[in-house]
Amino acid sequence: MRASFVFSEVLTGLRRNITMTIAMIITTAISLALLGGGLLVVRMIDKTQALYQDKVEVSIYLTDDVSSTDKECQNDPCKGLRSKLEGDPAVDSITFENRDQAFERFKQIFEAQPELVKLARPEALPASFRVKLVDPERPEVVTQAYQGQAGIDTITDQSEFLDRFFNALNGVRNMTFAVALFMAIAALLLISNTVQLSAFTRRTEVGIMRLVGATRWYTQLPFLLEAMVTGLIGALVAILGLVGLKVVFLDDVLADPINAGVVRSVDGLDILLVSPWLLLVALGISAITGYVTLRLYVRT
Amino acid sequence: MIRLEEVSKVYKTSTRPALENISVEVDKGEFVFLIGASGSGKSTFLRLLLREEVPSKGRVYVANFDVARMARRRVPRLRQSIGCVFQDFRLLANKTVAENVAFALEVIGKPRHTIRKVVPEVLELVGLEGKAERMPHELSGGEQQRVAIARAFVNRPLMLLADEPTGNLDPDTSQDIMLLLERINRTGTTVLMATHDHSIVDSMRRRVVELDLGRVIRDDARGVYGVGR
Repeated sequence: MRASFVFSEVLTGLRRNITMTIAMIITTAISLALLGGGLLVVRMIDKTQALYQDKVEVSIYLTDDVSSTDKECQNDPCKGLRSKLEGDPAVDSITFENRDQAFERFKQIFEAQPELVKLARPEALPASFRVKLVDPERPEVVTQAYQGQAGIDTITDQSEFLDRFFNALNGVRNMTFAVALFMAIAALLLISNTVQLSAFTRRTEVGIMRLVGATRWYTQLPFLLEAMVTGLIGALVAILGLVGLKVVFLDDVLADPINAGVVRSVDGLDILLVSPWLLLVALGISAITGYVTLRLYVRT
Repeated sequence: MIRLEEVSKVYKTSTRPALENISVEVDKGEFVFLIGASGSGKSTFLRLLLREEVPSKGRVYVANFDVARMARRRVPRLRQSIGCVFQDFRLLANKTVAENVAFALEVIGKPRHTIRKVVPEVLELVGLEGKAERMPHELSGGEQQRVAIARAFVNRPLMLLADEPTGNLDPDTSQDIMLLLERINRTGTTVLMATHDHSIVDSMRRRVVELDLGRVIRDDARGVYGVGR
């Protein structure tokens, strides 16, 4: 097999169908960029989850009379609860926060809204245990064990809020994948169409090749490579697009939450890790589509 | 070289067989005319030899290939041992004369140094020395057919199939092409030529196989086109 010959055939083919080639590159690029975007969201979710993992706490709020009478947690039921929590294998560590401390924290949080602080009374805030878990993924182990025990008013679990947050991110990811899938179908049809067109415009060459006894590989490889080269260019455009999107758009829009440590940014390394998959998917899909098309539509 | 044993061919789209129970044998080095009206089965005959079609019944042998039964992946080998020339030349318009001939070798993976050596040789053989860099449209019909013959012959096939090679040419040019085919035949290459051209068949006095409605109705060792036609 002569590489130079096949290579020049590929170039001629791409040039001859230049409009189709460009259309193919664009659709492939958009589809892959969406796929890559989805994968980046997945990575972002993972990293943000890790960020919150060690911060997930269960708050056990104590009843009003415990809050008002037992400031240092010296008596039962507060004392009993504390020792029980400390001995619990599911619990990593606990902090007790009495009514005054809770009020201090409230003032800190709402520093910017003095009228709210003015309205608040320490009596409205319960004392609580903040419980760090050994396994932050399973807060229900603790909430269920302590629910309804004497001295306990309510138990809240931050993971409920986080779940909602991650559900939203997952939704974004699923949407991107869905659109990527539709674009991929369009790209697939375009690839198939271009291969057919390419084979048609070169039917004289192909006819002669068959007559003089060229093997199937020699006849069809140029078409297959054409599809793969276009797919590859599409993937490269998609990767550049992702980098561009990150630099111009994402870093800007998410600047505040990123700096505040609320979400993790997408960094260059993420794109670097996603890129090989995009290239692989592009090559795979274009090769398979090209091959199937040649099998179905082009006589050997 | 060629042997057809009781070959029939029925196309799916037709009720009448294109070929019906044909047995023909051609020896190595023979020059054979295949004649008959349009639709008599000449083209099907040639297509069977190239394995463009598979017979509905019977056996086809070309060189040492059992054509009808061979594996698909061996078909290129068969075709490499057969050269083909057509009425419409089938040259690549965007390639020069030399490139057109070289193409036939490139696509079967011949090394470049071989191609550089044999292309000028075969162009000289067909009388096109000095025209290697011309484009097909700059050539006369006769010259274009010479390019096609050069391309068919450059890989030194055992056999040359010519499907009405003079169909688009004037009588004088046709005569030149026939001289060329004779010359190729003298190198030991079997030539099988399908034609309608009375005067050529009559003047050459070679073997004539005549087909009519898919049957062989005549096989003369030194025939003419036919009386009263």
